[in-house]
Amino acid sequence: MMRILIKNGRVIDPANGIDGILDIYIENETIEEVGSNLDYSGADIEQIDASGKIVAPGLVDMHCHLREPGQEYKEDIETGTQSAAMGGFTSVACMPNTDPVVDNITVVEYIKSKAASSACVNVFPIGAITKGLKGEELAEIGKLKFAGVVGISDDGRPVRSPVLMRNALEYAKTFDTPVISHCEVAELAEGSMNEGYVSTLLGLKGISRAAEEIMVARDIILAKYTGASLHIAHVSTKGSVELIRQAKKEGVNVTCETCPHYFSLTENAVMGYNTNAKMNPPLRTEADVEAIIEGLSDDTIDAIATDHAPHHEDEKNCEFDRALNGIVGFETALSLGIEYLVKTKKLTIERLINKMSYAPARILGINKGTLSEGKNADIVIIDENKQRIIDKNSFYSKSKNTPYHGYKLSGTVEYTIVGGKFAVREGILI
Amino acid sequence: MQKPKKDLLGLKDLSEEQITNILETAKTMKYIMSQKNKKTGHLVGKSIVTLFYENSTRTRISFEAAAKYMSAFTSSVSVGTSSVSKGENLIDTAKTIDAMGTDAIIIRHSMSGAPHLIAANVKACVINAGDGMNEHPTQALLDIFTIKEKKGTIKGLKVAIVGDIAHSRVARSNIWGLTKLGAEVSVGGPATLIPPDISKMGVKAYNSVQEAILDADVVMGLRIQTERQKSGLFPSVSEYARFFGIDEKRLTLAKPDVLLLHPGPVNRGIELSTSVVDGEKSVINEQVTNGVAIRMAVLYLYTRESDD
Repeated sequence: MMRILIKNGRVIDPANGIDGILDIYIENETIEEVGSNLDYSGADIEQIDASGKIVAPGLVDMHCHLREPGQEYKEDIETGTQSAAMGGFTSVACMPNTDPVVDNITVVEYIKSKAASSACVNVFPIGAITKGLKGEELAEIGKLKFAGVVGISDDGRPVRSPVLMRNALEYAKTFDTPVISHCEVAELAEGSMNEGYVSTLLGLKGISRAAEEIMVARDIILAKYTGASLHIAHVSTKGSVELIRQAKKEGVNVTCETCPHYFSLTENAVMGYNTNAKMNPPLRTEADVEAIIEGLSDDTIDAIATDHAPHHEDEKNCEFDRALNGIVGFETALSLGIEYLVKTKKLTIERLINKMSYAPARILGINKGTLSEGKNADIVIIDENKQRIIDKNSFYSKSKNTPYHGYKLSGTVEYTIVGGKFAVREGILI
Repeated sequence: MQKPKKDLLGLKDLSEEQITNILETAKTMKYIMSQKNKKTGHLVGKSIVTLFYENSTRTRISFEAAAKYMSAFTSSVSVGTSSVSKGENLIDTAKTIDAMGTDAIIIRHSMSGAPHLIAANVKACVINAGDGMNEHPTQALLDIFTIKEKKGTIKGLKVAIVGDIAHSRVARSNIWGLTKLGAEVSVGGPATLIPPDISKMGVKAYNSVQEAILDADVVMGLRIQTERQKSGLFPSVSEYARFFGIDEKRLTLAKPDVLLLHPGPVNRGIELSTSVVDGEKSVINEQVTNGVAIRMAVLYLYTRESDD
């Protein structure tokens, strides 16, 4: 029997409104008790002294790319989940743009079986909205749901047809699965960075904010008319935040996420044709960053997801226009949240943890993100104030495409416990 | 004098002094070009490769003439005749050329920043011969040389650049160079062809050509690409000519001694009327001559520096 006693940590459990110096006792895969001065004894109990540290629900990433099956040269379920564990994540939801696409039960089963044999954190597949992500016909959403997907998305591509999107929202309602929308008008997004002064300076074709905002508006309106539950992925602009804020006021069933790069970087990061600052949606301006932070602060933005998007060196070390979109995110996300949101007093650490665990778990309808007694022991222990210098070469991800190499950030993951088992112990992957 | 960098990637990176030095050196080169025997030994033993991923006649010939007048070995690589068409990536192609002992790689590429990528990966000096919509530094240098030769100075001149500013590397390089040398630059064209926040680069932007060229000492027309019409940025060539073309009548809005420049090739009757192309204010052919002189100066200065 595995028994773990975490002593004297600052236990933060947003779902239960807990924030205090407490102990947590774990037996096998389950949280048995949360309380003060817990008294369990026995030579077989592993005691962790968490004094001065934060003990929180294991983080939940509702948006990442594990690249398996099909693009294992970028990442696979084993390395991707190792990277996630190092970042404090105990559950990750992976997007369906694999090869083949997650638009049928076979691929879902494949991911589940690979996860069972090689993943060190919980893996929740997300299915496609349309077959082959082609935007032509609906994927078998019901079958996918029963096979285990926790949401549907054509992430990376917008669903162009409003008819199809409307049908997807209504049909998904039948199966109570959230529709995660990559909001972008493709015709307005034929560029490689944000449209503005920096794109003018660099002579790069810009992507206007309108490309995102028009689609956010369309999908909100469709969600309003269908009453379906809509989740907007990787919100990056001020205008999107305003549209979602208004929609929430009107009672539309809409939630959204942003990513650490949208609150910590601007388009200036692209200067010098830095392909590690190329992502979709693109990095925006200072005003957008401020609006994203404001949106997080007033809960317009529910969750923070990584959009972990590993790419091979050769796919980034090339002409800017040719470089693929995206950056790796697992191993920097929490520190970026602490550095750019908590240290700047925009969010309390409790609210940051909520947006990185309980809130995304609730949107996906998965039984994660809390420290309630009787739940699976998915726990992260964080040293909020310990600083580190980001070194991409230390990443467990196969890919090193990060714009944060060399950044000095606060917050380290000391322990990641998944279902009562150590994935990370004293900062070291087990 | 400030030591130049290894590469000439754009005028954005050059100081006023560095630009002036190139212009001064080009004067000497132009003198050499005027001799019966144009052969000099400035680049004896140097190997220069032109690597062109986009079609070009004048720029390529101009660089090759410049290199040959100065006794360099030249070779040219173009898409379709090389391993580029076999899918070799840009860095590998450049490294291969570099490994053959090349002193300078002159690159033209349809993607902005491609020369910067090569420069970071080779020992040879990299000269940007036009990258996407970013820069075309030797074109701007020859434009500035031509203006300075006629007007004596750049400082205080009113220069109007007219046409498709958004997609123009010539416009960007000229804006950097001219503003560094103290010119007052205005740009004019339809709003769809003026890039966002261009005024932050220190220029005045107009949607009316008339306003842009009013009292100008220099008017520079830009080539309009017909594919811009297909992508819906303006409705037709004839409408473009009607509202944004420069003819003799419009040119009277500029100063009486205005100079008319164009990087070529000209779409006659579209951005410029035939009468102004061939008119007395036009210095378009002199630009071509000066282009060789500028490229001689650039090749000499940049490959010389890699010696020490």
